[in-house]
Amino acid sequence: MRRWNKDFNFYIGFVITGVVLLLVFLGIFYTPYDAEAMSAADKFAGISLHHLMGCDNFGRDIFSRILKGSGTTLFIALCTVLIGVGIGTIIGAITGYYGGWLDEVLMRFNDSVLAFPSILVALVFISILGSGKYHVIIALGIVFIPSFARIVRGEFMHYRNLDYVQNAKLMGAGDIRIMFVHILPNAWPVIASAIIIGFNNAVLAEASMSFLGIGVQPPDPSLGRMLSEAQSYLFRAPWYAFFSGLTIVLMILGFALLSEGMKRK
Amino acid sequence: MRYVVKKIGILLLTLLLVSFLAFLAFQIIPGDPAVKMLGTQATPEKLSALREQMGLDRPMLFRYAVWLKDFVLGDMGTSYSYNMTVGSMLSGKLPITLTLTFLAFIMIVVIAIPFGIYTAKHKDRKLSKVLNAVNQIMMSIPPFFIGILFTYFFGLVLRWFIPGGYISYEMSVIRFIGYLIFPAIAIAIPKAAMTTKLLKDIILEQTKLDYVRTAYSRGNRTNGVLYHHVLKNAMIPVVTFLGMTLADIVAGSIIIEQVFSIPGLGRLLITSISNRDYPVVQAIIVCIAFIVIMINFIVDIVYRILDPRVRGQ
Repeated sequence: MRRWNKDFNFYIGFVITGVVLLLVFLGIFYTPYDAEAMSAADKFAGISLHHLMGCDNFGRDIFSRILKGSGTTLFIALCTVLIGVGIGTIIGAITGYYGGWLDEVLMRFNDSVLAFPSILVALVFISILGSGKYHVIIALGIVFIPSFARIVRGEFMHYRNLDYVQNAKLMGAGDIRIMFVHILPNAWPVIASAIIIGFNNAVLAEASMSFLGIGVQPPDPSLGRMLSEAQSYLFRAPWYAFFSGLTIVLMILGFALLSEGMKRK
Repeated sequence: MRYVVKKIGILLLTLLLVSFLAFLAFQIIPGDPAVKMLGTQATPEKLSALREQMGLDRPMLFRYAVWLKDFVLGDMGTSYSYNMTVGSMLSGKLPITLTLTFLAFIMIVVIAIPFGIYTAKHKDRKLSKVLNAVNQIMMSIPPFFIGILFTYFFGLVLRWFIPGGYISYEMSVIRFIGYLIFPAIAIAIPKAAMTTKLLKDIILEQTKLDYVRTAYSRGNRTNGVLYHHVLKNAMIPVVTFLGMTLADIVAGSIIIEQVFSIPGLGRLLITSISNRDYPVVQAIIVCIAFIVIMINFIVDIVYRILDPRVRGQ
């Protein structure tokens, strides 16, 4: 493991991410109100001790909905990154380690996919698959494979010619063993920072798609969809949009600062 | 020259590949387009007649060839939801989205370059440190949230513009651009922040190199070294980044159009996806893909003009 000199950025990022994760964790087990419970009396209730972030157009407690919604967003981002890293690492490892025509073909294809804005490619998948939480995960997961594959491939190309790998080969280690036992641990720091950046992109992409109404569908709360609903009531309940957006910003900022802090050696 | 010819060859090949993928993607969708157009109540005779008329009984590669030929000639098919040709639905939308993209791009350049140079040149000043912190936050705000904040503060509170009061460029070009200013800033802010940071980091990296020391030792002043030597080298990765950003701005405008109710390509795309109006979705995707590929092509050429070292290869 590379040693990271943890600076100011890292600590702030750590605190923000820590608080967000704690709240999300809390949200799994406990929310002050039922996130779906509507109450006509509390319609557009302002910020108060009862409703920390006020209430929305159905009188639902915004704080509770944000806790649940952040959970949905993080869950989608996590699954997306897992798909992207999992398949991307396998593709990157094989193409980087063996090279040859398969590498050429896959990387040409990779490059042309990478040239497109990820949200656009995800929109194509969504228009084919239909919207919904799991379709978003599949669409974004596939979209994220090429960028991880490219990074892992670069690392594997670097390590495959090093002496210690040649040595392992001479000692009779199989290709799979060399790839995943000898090379992968060395490539890990680079993959780890790619995961954090990928995580941020996934949060942003999910929020954008839900905001457009083609991501997470009701009744699942999602930060992006809350923001798009809040837009219609911007004048009556500005806090609705403010808190939903702020949560997205904090999530992204926390991870960005973490990766920034790790990068500085 | 040979390079440009080769590049154009690759460009055409990419366009062909992308168009084929776009065609293929919408062939895999379960469901029969003929049923979609006529509804489930249609008689089998009517359905098979329409299938024949649409060429659905032909092999796929043949259909692709026909589709591509029609597409190039400007016939992009008929919408499922509206009884209109896709071409007539798209016409007039492209200039809106392109204007928005262009405005946002100009703003990124205008904001990022001075800020990037300032924060690099005076990296130890308090103001630079404040700017860096603000920059880091700006990078993390999604454009659609900035758009909503703008709608609230500038639209509803200060009343500088009317939210949703889009003015067509056919009515008044100046008021059309005036309405697009805030959406363009919303798209530009996070990207400008990223560009500022990139430019600052690269300038700081470059100033550590030997050629900078040599330039100083020959008696150049700080500004001379910065503007004549460092900036020239620093601009190369920045241009690459801006090129990549341009593709992202096109995508960003799809979302921002939704926030500010601008009837551009993006709004049409989202409605068409919700309505499962595949011919329209397909045409818009191919259009945007073509724009992105053309942008990449132009960036490649500009890159070679800027960097003489690449030119000789």
